[in-house]
Amino acid sequence: MAEKPRLKVPKEAKKGEIIEIKTLLSHPMETGLRKDQAGNVIPRKILNKFTCEFNGKPVFSADLEPAVAANPYIQFNAKVDESGTFKFTWTDDDGTVTTTEEQIKVV
Amino acid sequence: MQTITRRKALGLGAGAVLVLTVGDVRGVLATPAESDAEIAKFTGGKALEKGKIAIDLPEIAENGNTVPLSIVVDHPMTEQNYISDILVVADGNPRPGVAAFHLTPAAGKATAATRIRLQATQNIIVVAKTSGGQFFTDRKQVKVTIGGCGG
Repeated sequence: MAEKPRLKVPKEAKKGEIIEIKTLLSHPMETGLRKDQAGNVIPRKILNKFTCEFNGKPVFSADLEPAVAANPYIQFNAKVDESGTFKFTWTDDDGTVTTTEEQIKVV
Repeated sequence: MQTITRRKALGLGAGAVLVLTVGDVRGVLATPAESDAEIAKFTGGKALEKGKIAIDLPEIAENGNTVPLSIVVDHPMTEQNYISDILVVADGNPRPGVAAFHLTPAAGKATAATRIRLQATQNIIVVAKTSGGQFFTDRKQVKVTIGGCGG
């Protein structure tokens, strides 16, 4: 998917600090319940999985259902003990995986 | 000519909501029994303790297409004892499941926030599971003016 995820991760943190992470990926999150003007059901297409890892270790993940609004926005926290990289992945119903990374420095 | 006052407009809106909830629409929506089944699948039938969860939702959602939801569980996040899973269920949507969040001690704080779709006025039920296998729950009702699940 060409869409670039939008992220809000602090660039720096103190050791042991709990930071807030905000993520948003543009996606229609089609429920599979809507119909187009001709009355045909628009097939379901949602992002069903989101994960966040820090230096390869899982921090937070979510299983999303069609009841999550379009352009899914997910906010959560993470405790940072060392400098490193957050890796975010979103998995689409059709198997497409969108990945992005963000660095953080412990000062 | 009769003008529609603010009070009348509000009354009309409330009436529409009433018709929606009482009306036939119920047939296609999830029932509280279905959402209970969803929760039972998550807990494995274990007892739920009420409390510890703060659910932040608007009391009235004008647009059910995107309703901000924020959850804070008042529980430590240590290696020995932390909130491992948070399940969100809606008892008046076409399907009860909304989202399931999986946390680790690296999250530092047992919180999650997102935006959800709500078809009609209904309860949002949150169940949190600790790493030790304890379950906490709470619920909040949201009044929805315009449903957000299509159809």
